[in-house]
Amino acid sequence: MSVKATVISEIRRIAEDETKSLPPLTDDLVLLDSGLDSLGIAILVARLEETLGFDPFTESDDIAYPVTLGDFIRFYERAAQSHGVDSRQAG
Amino acid sequence: MASIRDRLADAPEGPERFLWGATASVPLGPRLGGTGLGGRAAELARRSVLISTRDQMATALALIELDGIARRLVVATPDLPSEHLPAVVAKAGVDAIVSDEDVRPAKETPVTCCRTEWVLLTSGTTGAPKMLVHSFASLTAPIGSTPGQRADVVWGTFYDIRRYGGLQIFLRALLGPGSLVLSGAGEPVGDYLVRLGAHGATHVSGTPSHWRRALMSPDARAIAPRYIRLSGEIADQGILNALQSFYPQASVGHAFASTEAGVGFEVNDGLEGFPASMVGAPGDVQIEVVEGSLRIRSARNAVRYLGEDDSTLADEEGFVDTGDMVERRGERYYFLGRRSGLINVGGLKVYPEEVEAAINRHPAVRMSMVRSRRSPITGSLVAADIVLKGEPDSSGTGGEVVDFKREILQICHARLAPHKIPATIRFVPALEIAAAGKLARHA
Repeated sequence: MSVKATVISEIRRIAEDETKSLPPLTDDLVLLDSGLDSLGIAILVARLEETLGFDPFTESDDIAYPVTLGDFIRFYERAAQSHGVDSRQAG
Repeated sequence: MASIRDRLADAPEGPERFLWGATASVPLGPRLGGTGLGGRAAELARRSVLISTRDQMATALALIELDGIARRLVVATPDLPSEHLPAVVAKAGVDAIVSDEDVRPAKETPVTCCRTEWVLLTSGTTGAPKMLVHSFASLTAPIGSTPGQRADVVWGTFYDIRRYGGLQIFLRALLGPGSLVLSGAGEPVGDYLVRLGAHGATHVSGTPSHWRRALMSPDARAIAPRYIRLSGEIADQGILNALQSFYPQASVGHAFASTEAGVGFEVNDGLEGFPASMVGAPGDVQIEVVEGSLRIRSARNAVRYLGEDDSTLADEEGFVDTGDMVERRGERYYFLGRRSGLINVGGLKVYPEEVEAAINRHPAVRMSMVRSRRSPITGSLVAADIVLKGEPDSSGTGGEVVDFKREILQICHARLAPHKIPATIRFVPALEIAAAGKLARHA
């Protein structure tokens, strides 16, 4: 599964667990408007670390917090590259 | 000790000051421009009053009106479960309750009659709140050490004023020369940022988690504060750097504070942790590190626990053991977490025992250990290691384990607040047991 598909499927799983409905998951969707609150986003980051094996937030003291879903996915794709994971074949 | 109303009345002439809420605003002046008590403050004289409101604004007005009038003010936190209310009422001898009502024009306010005792709630091991008695003097002792207190200060706080860290901002705004913008109940962070910007907020406070959430909002640019304060959780270098680079004009500081110990200290050098030179130094606040745990003695410490016979707040020398573990590396101390295994999820406390009790209700669970897992978004998250009774079905599908996980999460969803539900669950063959027969928890 690609990094992008992994992110999207984890978001859907968390929303299912919390029985929340999601808006269309487009790149310009503001993360905080995705139906996940900051706890939901924290859970997403933790689950992605288990699936992908890395957490890009903790790899540097100088990060820009992602605002949109597109920012978030690109943040993970860049980290996947530096981990030598092919971002299209991460899972 | 003058009451809050006396202090507002004695404030030097300056620009008009306000308390701005999400739906109402009240001028702050010699006579408060509004009341949440419908002119009935006099009936609450010398009583033990529980303030339990949906909106922070109603609590703010009640605190201003009743300080110096009520014998005791018990401030209910916004998430206080209703099943704990009877115990809170009994322990604090509550004989009057203030709940939300529309803000009305204020009538004559009764004269100050007594030195009010303030009771703040913080979560306890069993889920029932611990109740801490503060005096107006202990609550206001830290005030005055904040940089940049000019007449045009407009405070904002992501941290609810019904918790110690937020109450500090409320009191700074009222007793200093400034105004305050309060968030509404359930107000989205973006809306609050826009209102903060519209009122020209200069000093804005929140937990590191609040700030991470603010930076993830497209409205983060709506504010341009001069001072940014973090408290209530460990501030790591990542969030300090992110704030400094996003708000280059701001001075970014973090404070160590707890309901029990009060404000311990403020760190304004832009670095995580705190200088080792603060430990053992003379001054208003004395700091010790004993067996890795941070201990604080000052006039800002809470006075005592309410209604607890078996727990004492301070040792014989007056030091409060915060239970926060620190480690010295070079000339600085860094925070490691809590000795008790207590987990701080975005500023909200989680006792592992409470989560373990919920997990252990599942018939297939032999035992469980709940621990903290670092999170770059909420500081920490709840993680669970679970030992099952007997070997799970090893026929190859793993289906049984997936079902258990789902069922355990369902139990947790039904019994626990969202921040207490394990974010990750691992099934493990065994758990480490310490010599005393307890689970080996690591800070």
